[in-house]
Amino acid sequence: MELLSFGDTGWGDELFFATLMTIAVSIAAMVIGFLFALIFTPLKLSKKKSLNIIGNCYTTIIRGVPELLVIYLLFFGGTGAAMYVASIFGYDGYIEINAFITGALAIGIISGAYSTEVFRGAILSIDKGQFEASKVLGIKKNIQFYKIILPQMLRLSIPNLSNVWQITLKDTSLISVTGLVEIMRQSYIAAGSTRDPLFFYSVAAVLYLMLTFLSMKLINKLEVKYSKGY
Amino acid sequence: MISIFPSLLSGAVITLQLLVSSMFFGLIIGLIFAILRINKNPIINKFAYGYSYFFRGTPLLVQLYLIYYGLANIELLRNSFFWAIIKEPYWCAIIAFSLNTGAYTSEILRSAFQTIKKGYIEAAQSLGVTKKITFYRIQLPIAIKQSLPAYGNEIILMLKGTSLASVITIMDLMGEARKVNVLTFKPFEAFITAGIIYLFITFIIHNIIKYLEKKYGFQT
Repeated sequence: MELLSFGDTGWGDELFFATLMTIAVSIAAMVIGFLFALIFTPLKLSKKKSLNIIGNCYTTIIRGVPELLVIYLLFFGGTGAAMYVASIFGYDGYIEINAFITGALAIGIISGAYSTEVFRGAILSIDKGQFEASKVLGIKKNIQFYKIILPQMLRLSIPNLSNVWQITLKDTSLISVTGLVEIMRQSYIAAGSTRDPLFFYSVAAVLYLMLTFLSMKLINKLEVKYSKGY
Repeated sequence: MISIFPSLLSGAVITLQLLVSSMFFGLIIGLIFAILRINKNPIINKFAYGYSYFFRGTPLLVQLYLIYYGLANIELLRNSFFWAIIKEPYWCAIIAFSLNTGAYTSEILRSAFQTIKKGYIEAAQSLGVTKKITFYRIQLPIAIKQSLPAYGNEIILMLKGTSLASVITIMDLMGEARKVNVLTFKPFEAFITAGIIYLFITFIIHNIIKYLEKKYGFQT
């Protein structure tokens, strides 16, 4: 237990901040994922074949390729790409992209692919009559989307989004390979310096279990709240 | 681009080995725990639930590190014959992956067992079929058929999971791609080629499952 005390002698405070970091990265990734999903869901549902292919490519490729690969590609390739873009504008110095941004972006791209599928499924399960009814009433297309489709889509996708959140939360452990100090990285450091990997990785496992457990409880509450009246 | 292909392919062979062996052990573990899960005894039931909760609630990387770095910490294990197994990263990876996929498989099979219509079992009972035969000839085949689509997804998830073996020094497809990146400083070529190979394997698995579903799929 002494190993987990706060302050200079223990790893308690380090692990606490690492947990906050994991939560922060997960939320950032989830938000980035939503942005990707908002772009790609309409593409996947579009009637135009070319747009359709773009949307399908995104979800198929990202869901068929290991998460680690996306992270490595952004981490090793991102710096090079950023420096190349900068050199066009005449800047030749070394650019280092922040590990947090790379990590959140990589996990965000992955969770975006899953969110896209969730949103697509939710929109498809909305009764067709509603689209027709709003059309008959002369409601404009974008008002129809914001006032009728979107609220229902969000409600329908909460259960599946909770799965996406769990996947995202667990995927953030992979960012540790890029050196961002979250739970996994901090346990790795602690395990290395105390030579007690069994203990620290068990602590990491418990921390992740706590996070998944608490978020499950929270999401269940949300689900109850938003399915009122159904 | 072509020069890095042989080394990546040799990595892909390791990836497939890891995948096949962990899927095999995982299926056995999953089946055992699914049967424990539908057991009426609350202690057995809770134990099986705890197992699947732990392995589904923590990242695969934590499990891998716990087994690879953590188990070596236990004096008892280090002196037993198990040491021959857990000192090899290859076997540690297979143990971690099997336990992980076993947890997911047990959930898939459990839900399949629970959605079997009661009428089938009652019909078997009224015909005087013993419980054992009802399980092996009626419940199990239906459960396996029903869980095919979900199990296909699990195989693909596990294929992606095997890429984690590269962080404990195994030269699988991901490990080879990392090596190519370090040697040539060409991250895009290395990782995109590896990604194409991963996609290709995913594509094949997807089609095999689709074929099996068509052939043996169960319509209720």
